[in-house]
Amino acid sequence: MLNYILRRLLYAIPILLGVNLLTFALFFMVNTPDDMARIHLGAKHVTEEAISRWKIEHGYDKPLFFNAAAEGVDKAADTLFVEKSLKLFVFDFGAADDGRDIAREISQRMWPSLAIALPTFIVGLLAYLSFALLLVFFRGTALDTSGVILLVALMSISGLFYVIGGQYLMGKLWHWFPISGYQPGLDAWKFMVMPVLVGLIGGIGDSTRFYRALFIEEIGKDYVRTARAKGLSDLRVLFKHVLGNAMIPILTGVVVVIPRLFMGSLIIESFFGIPGLGSYTIDAIQAQDFAIVRSMVFLGSLLYIIGLVLTDISYTWADPRVRLE
Amino acid sequence: MIKPVLLWSDALILLLLAGIAALVWLARHNDTFRAPWRQVMASRMGSATALVLAVYAGIGLLDSLHYVERLPSEPGQPAQYSGDVRSALDALLTPLRENVEKTYSAPFATHLYAKETMTGPDGREIRDYPRLAFGGAHLADPQRDFWPDVTQRAGLGLLGGWLIWLVWRALRRWTPARRATATPGAAARSWTVLAMLLTAGMLVALAPHYHVLGTDKVGQDVLYLSLKSVRTGLLIGSLTTLIMLPFALTLGIAAGYFGGRIDDAIQYLYTTLNSIPGVLLIAAAVLVVQVQIEAHAELFETAAARSDVRLLALCAILGVTGWTGLARLLRAEVLKLRELEFVQAARAFGVTDARILLRHLLPNVMHLVLITVVIDFSGLVLAEAVLSYVGVGVDPAMTSFGNMINGARLELAREPVVWWQLAAAFVFMFILVLAANLFADQVRDALDPKSKERA
Repeated sequence: MLNYILRRLLYAIPILLGVNLLTFALFFMVNTPDDMARIHLGAKHVTEEAISRWKIEHGYDKPLFFNAAAEGVDKAADTLFVEKSLKLFVFDFGAADDGRDIAREISQRMWPSLAIALPTFIVGLLAYLSFALLLVFFRGTALDTSGVILLVALMSISGLFYVIGGQYLMGKLWHWFPISGYQPGLDAWKFMVMPVLVGLIGGIGDSTRFYRALFIEEIGKDYVRTARAKGLSDLRVLFKHVLGNAMIPILTGVVVVIPRLFMGSLIIESFFGIPGLGSYTIDAIQAQDFAIVRSMVFLGSLLYIIGLVLTDISYTWADPRVRLE
Repeated sequence: MIKPVLLWSDALILLLLAGIAALVWLARHNDTFRAPWRQVMASRMGSATALVLAVYAGIGLLDSLHYVERLPSEPGQPAQYSGDVRSALDALLTPLRENVEKTYSAPFATHLYAKETMTGPDGREIRDYPRLAFGGAHLADPQRDFWPDVTQRAGLGLLGGWLIWLVWRALRRWTPARRATATPGAAARSWTVLAMLLTAGMLVALAPHYHVLGTDKVGQDVLYLSLKSVRTGLLIGSLTTLIMLPFALTLGIAAGYFGGRIDDAIQYLYTTLNSIPGVLLIAAAVLVVQVQIEAHAELFETAAARSDVRLLALCAILGVTGWTGLARLLRAEVLKLRELEFVQAARAFGVTDARILLRHLLPNVMHLVLITVVIDFSGLVLAEAVLSYVGVGVDPAMTSFGNMINGARLELAREPVVWWQLAAAFVFMFILVLAANLFADQVRDALDPKSKERA
């Protein structure tokens, strides 16, 4: 098992390298540092000196892959690719365009993101699974049909409307919670409830329908009929057998997102003014701060790969037949 | 005088339609192809949602026939054309487009949302809500005439819609070739057509005289904006698929069929793409495109051409990043099919790889492709709104649901609340996405052998 995990983590290196090359190509070859300098300096009054000064200030004044002017190893090492992309591998994210250290920002902003994303994830998973089990328990009845119709309707509504509607009703009209903002410490819950609720409602349609389809497929199988023929109660069959056997596809979708919870949700955070990583990323996108976007892409890929490995490990726990060799 | 203008997206839309038409023409006698569609259209939900989608598609298509108007010029001078690109839909909706008020006004309002200082009849300055320039301008005394006028117009519109429906039904009954097969679908179709004709009749009767859905901040009619947004949503949904399909088909099938090194390389490619958080990759690519468009502003003759290229770039980005899901499905399916007897037999007879792929494998995975396409469509329409909100969607000057929501976001904080633009975007999007979702369910039930067993 340890062997397997190590091998999987080694396999991550070419993938991360690929991610790096891709973002590098996007940000440095399609979009040259000169273009970047021009955007940041403003369209007018751009002189060659101003551009090269900006490039030196922000460390973009090196060749892309090959530094002919340097000596020995530095020919390949003293380049933009090494400086800006490969350094991400040792979590050296560098500084944002406003001069702040990205790594420090990340370590600070991670916690508000987690405070919103973790409750949304856990409560959501439990709620969606129970709702799906409820629908399956009453399958074929009017309750099931109307439940499915409700789910399709809910998933046809843009997430933006849940946010806007939630803020309007719970924040402005009923004055339950502050409309946006965040405060660390004990008072944080006041700011957490609304984003979490909106996140929950936003995801209910897709997930519950997916789980319901899984359970319905499982419940039509022979072993379920056998179990029932032996006199097991409906509830026991549902919770012990159906849920247990549907575990693998559930884990496939669920475990992979756990590491990424750190990065928060772009939309929810920016709407509710949560100072987390999601809003950090969105601000960076809107300010065209490529250093931050690059770091977040790298971090996101890394967390995804960790999620994949965790998924594999979770299979062995859910199904003893699975062995990781 | 007008001159037609073919934007890139228009050309692609026409290409897509031609492709679909050719496919339908080729397969018109093929029963395995027709049977599932007949099943979809025979179901109540399938035919009703198909009609709703067809109406949206019609609006989008009308909005894709672009032209520029010729400016008046001296005879003998070379013709000058306006830089303002219009569409057939704009021409149809001329009254809506031109009835621009000063600022917000509520649906069916006769007065503006904000007070203004005016000179009264006795020469004194008063602050009051001014009458709208167009909405209800024909009423002598809004207080007295409003309800009779609205009910009369709405009634006439309803009547008109109902009469057209009667004619349509009578015509159908008299067409001998299509002897009405009494499926639940046919009945549902009839009722859907009635509902749509009644709505359309009312709108046609009322919209030129009132702002049925109000006006936005700069006084544009919200109904007009909503109708214009339809095209953007549809384009994102359909063109993205068009761009995504070649990648997904070739890479997915090749990975499954050839295996070995090719499989490894393709799997590496899609794991890499998948590992990048979706929104971030799209955002990064859109940022780059944006910078490039700004740097080469001289390439675009009109503002419409520029936002069109940006829209296409967005579709391309969504397509290039979005093929992985379908490719994975296709790979798994081909892995299974490749070991079946008919493929083994073909290989034993010396049929070439290319021919096996095209004749034996492609038709057998088509149902997966179709199901994915219809399921992805609604997701893409929703994604457009989110991306435009984030600022990496379509051009901010282009009418789209995302831009409408974005513009209306802060309106709920006003006093009194400006709710109509949000509500309009919500309803138009909800109907489109709901219809697409329900239609996708029907298509999946009809095409997927697995879901048939389940039902």
